[in-house]
Amino acid sequence: MSEETDLAQFRAETRAWLEENCPAEMRDGGRTEDSTCWGGRNWVFTSDAQKTWLERCAAKGLTVPTWPVEYGGAGYTREQEKIFLEELGAIDGRAPLRSFGIWMLGPALLQFGTHEQKLEFLPPIARGEIRWCQGYSEPGAGSDLASVQTKCEDMGDHYLVNGQKIWTSYADQADAIFALVRTDKDAPKHLGITFLLIDMETQGVSTRPIRLISGSSPFCETFFDDVKVPKDGRVVGTVNRGWDVAKYLLTHERTMISSGGGGVTGGGRSLGAVLAEEGDALDDPVLKASAMKTELDTLAIGLTIERYKDMAKAGQGTGDASAMLKYMGTELNKNRLELMMGVGGSDALEWDGPAGSRPADWLRTKANSIEGGTSEVMLGIISRRVLGLPG
Amino acid sequence: MATLIKTEEEQMLADSARGFLDEKSPVSHLRKLRDAGKTHDPALWKEMAEMGWAGIVIPEEQGGVDMGMSAACILAEEMGKTLAVSPFLSSSVMAATALKQVADSRALDALSKIASGELTYALAMDEKRKFAPEAVETEARADGNGFRISGTKTFVVDGGFADRLLVLAKTDGGMTLFDIPADRAGIEKTERSMVDSRDAAKIVFTDVEATGEDVLGQVDDAMSVLKPALEAGQAALAAEMIGLSAGAFGMTTDYLKERKQFGQLIGTFQALQHRAAHLWCEMEVTASAIAHAGRQLDEDPANAGLAVSLAKARAAETAKLAVIEGVQMHGGIGMTDAFDMGFFMKRARASIEWLGDYGYHAAQVASLRGF
Repeated sequence: MSEETDLAQFRAETRAWLEENCPAEMRDGGRTEDSTCWGGRNWVFTSDAQKTWLERCAAKGLTVPTWPVEYGGAGYTREQEKIFLEELGAIDGRAPLRSFGIWMLGPALLQFGTHEQKLEFLPPIARGEIRWCQGYSEPGAGSDLASVQTKCEDMGDHYLVNGQKIWTSYADQADAIFALVRTDKDAPKHLGITFLLIDMETQGVSTRPIRLISGSSPFCETFFDDVKVPKDGRVVGTVNRGWDVAKYLLTHERTMISSGGGGVTGGGRSLGAVLAEEGDALDDPVLKASAMKTELDTLAIGLTIERYKDMAKAGQGTGDASAMLKYMGTELNKNRLELMMGVGGSDALEWDGPAGSRPADWLRTKANSIEGGTSEVMLGIISRRVLGLPG
Repeated sequence: MATLIKTEEEQMLADSARGFLDEKSPVSHLRKLRDAGKTHDPALWKEMAEMGWAGIVIPEEQGGVDMGMSAACILAEEMGKTLAVSPFLSSSVMAATALKQVADSRALDALSKIASGELTYALAMDEKRKFAPEAVETEARADGNGFRISGTKTFVVDGGFADRLLVLAKTDGGMTLFDIPADRAGIEKTERSMVDSRDAAKIVFTDVEATGEDVLGQVDDAMSVLKPALEAGQAALAAEMIGLSAGAFGMTTDYLKERKQFGQLIGTFQALQHRAAHLWCEMEVTASAIAHAGRQLDEDPANAGLAVSLAKARAAETAKLAVIEGVQMHGGIGMTDAFDMGFFMKRARASIEWLGDYGYHAAQVASLRGF
């Protein structure tokens, strides 16, 4: 009972703080790509309000609410974080900062980093002063990620990195990259990989954006040509055991992809309300049936995300089950956008036409079931690790 | 939102139910009943009642254990795993929930008798081939101080042996629910031989006498008693269906790990691995909807319609997929009567229809979500 009282008090305080501190311009939900604040050394704020909002949140640790206070967070419990996000949602407030540092590197460092690494790298991430990107895939290492070939040699006083990464999100705008590199080419492929931190301004690092079918270029090729990396504190975890870090992060990423992007939550806006704005779309019985199924799946998958959070809190379940959320969430998101294209008809075919950026949104979802492990990789993980099916 | 995982107490209930059912009611028990031409096992129900299952949602004052609908769903799920035959849903979930809405001295007395296992109920509602609670033509016309009920009910689950019937009939200003003994004059029961080997009767009512005493709740207002009962039944049936899916799936994955063709275990074939993994994902998602429905019925029963219909709609699709894949992945042996998979397929079909199929419940969800 007292816990509930405390949380009610916490909610009231959170609401009051948001009311006072969230600038009016930041209360538009921030659902567009342009409205996102990514931070970093070269970040240009789109408005004074965006800068103020980031600074106010960072000062209270609210860009990363659950991180410990000494590393730039607010030290919130999951319940407190949930309340904060609910209250932020209630005023349609934007996330003050989004970044791969928050989503990916931060959790990896919290799990595998030394105290010194945490002190060095986490607070700048929390304050939005550095922008990280993820260097995992290579032209020859997609679904078979553990076969990465980017070479990292120990030269005594530094590492020497040579090779190429691909699908590095926003590498052209990032300040630093966390990368999987091969430190032992003779070991079994999972046991010769190291998780390495590299500054993008180092000589020999270059990037080239990749234009996608959606017209945008969120991904890059990243090249390493005799790149010298200092040895001090730049390896997360142990040399040759980077696969452990990568696996942990992939699990984390899958949970994130499954719950993000498509607004896949039980409390989200109903598809019925969305489609009511789409003219007479629901008069078509086939589209209506498809929309009904999508709505059922959206609600049930949203509840599954909640149930898995409850399991995690109770110490039940395994990370392998996140493959299920990733698979179901991303396939749902693809279905949802196929449906939106169907109800939009020819209006939805126009780039930036009456239906907004729908063609780009639709095409973007096709990557959901590829990035972070394809749907087929997810099904393979489930069949082997959850169901125990043979080889 | 309340937790969507089992409490410690609920986990203990599930474990003890599993132990009991594995011993007393494995799938082979259903086979024995079927081979003997029986659709009901009074001795098994008596034992279930002694364990407190018959009174799972009944208050302690009436001899129940009052653990709520989440617990009832857990029992139904465990029963589903081995296709246990019992009047649990008709009597202890639906009739008990209906009687609890009224809770006058007569209803409380009936609740005590349900909890002890001495009284069983069946719900006489369906008249057409599809579930349609509003489309009732059976009539209870005013006759002196009472009523005369006439009409035909088609899919009265457990109606062959139930001691009492809850009968839905039209009255002058709406619909009324009657609670009458199943042997009252003018009631003619015909047992139907159903695909799932369970009890389901066609019941013809010819000028059956009913008094004001027999009305459960208020005249012309059946739904305020019946709606909560139906929702409780639908959630518990969905839970039975996810149990049934898990039962069929367990047999299927076991088979994938032992059957060899082309010189290797068929579970090594990616085509089968991915289908099995997909089915498991569907089951996980459906299980969440069911857990949520149970909690919603316990916490805010007046607003549980969306949660319940979501659970029953998802359960219909998942159970169908589980048994279709179950037979297909077993190949020829899955088609044989000597093998148990067929029992799962048949029960899945009957439970999809009972209390509303996918289409019915998907439409409910759609209308509650503003379509």
